[in-house]
Amino acid sequence: MSAANETPALDVLGTAEAWLAEGRRLALATVVETWGSAPRPTGSHLVIDADGNFEGSVSGGCVEGAVVAEAVDVIEAGEPRMLEFGVADETAWRVGLSCGGRIRVRVERLG
Amino acid sequence: MERAVLEALNAERRARRAAVVVTDLGSGAERLVRESEVESDPLAEALGRALRAGKSGTVETNEGDVFLNVHLPPPRLVAIGAVHISQALAPMARLAGFDVEIIDPRTAFATPDRFPNVALAAEWPDEVLARRPLDPYTALAALTHDPKIDDGPLLAALRTGCFYIGALGSRKTHAKRLERLVQAGIEPFRTERVEAPIGADIGASTPPEIAVAILASVIAAFRKRKMHAERRGETEAA
Repeated sequence: MSAANETPALDVLGTAEAWLAEGRRLALATVVETWGSAPRPTGSHLVIDADGNFEGSVSGGCVEGAVVAEAVDVIEAGEPRMLEFGVADETAWRVGLSCGGRIRVRVERLG
Repeated sequence: MERAVLEALNAERRARRAAVVVTDLGSGAERLVRESEVESDPLAEALGRALRAGKSGTVETNEGDVFLNVHLPPPRLVAIGAVHISQALAPMARLAGFDVEIIDPRTAFATPDRFPNVALAAEWPDEVLARRPLDPYTALAALTHDPKIDDGPLLAALRTGCFYIGALGSRKTHAKRLERLVQAGIEPFRTERVEAPIGADIGASTPPEIAVAILASVIAAFRKRKMHAERRGETEAA
């Protein structure tokens, strides 16, 4: 009945290690700065594979789609990128945070 | 992030030790600093502050902006005693985000029927704690009233510096308990860390109410970062 040595079901970094062991190519997204009411704290992670599968979160689901698309590019290109997301109504087509906050997300290749 | 950094970080997390991933936002260079390595690190001061606050963030250094991602062990609650209070405390503490473990050598109490979906050990606490030791990110609630069962883990919790320590029992029971702890070598002022009567003073009466009171105290200690000796008013040298 030991829970101490098991990887919790929603452990993003544990999932990342398991995916690497399967030979999948990955990117790691990290919230490095937040302003105002951001849904996930600084340090939160999202791990993404080359096919766009992902685990974790950097927002409440508002900008994950955009981060995943960038991450797939980063896996190919190798260079880390800094993304910034603000409120949703700046331009009609841009994704954003409905809560009114702003976040900065760093996306880098993993492994 | 390099695979080796990820694996080393996950090893620390599995061992319930704090660690910080340091990323140079200019060059992209990344490294892992284990809690034991903080003092000798060039960024010791910033790393120490981030660990004590439990907050990740960007710091300015002579070499440019550096992102510190703080990884702390998830808080854990170990309850000694598979008693009525524990039956209420276990699911509440889980909802609040704690890893919960119940330990009681009395097999009549420690049954999976009474404790579904909880890590449960029907063994002597000393045996269980030898395998899965207490640490500063663990809270200990001693709930059996029985010195044979409660005293060992209370001593271990005081020596380890658990962020919360509480023990059930009347004032008379607790006075005798403090005497035993001192006899076992704990400095008298340190025994004051044991909260008794256990739990926040909300006039709790029923076992579930006492469980709420205990959980309130545990959360207060966790959020006030009592896993750090200086936040408990204890000096490092003591």
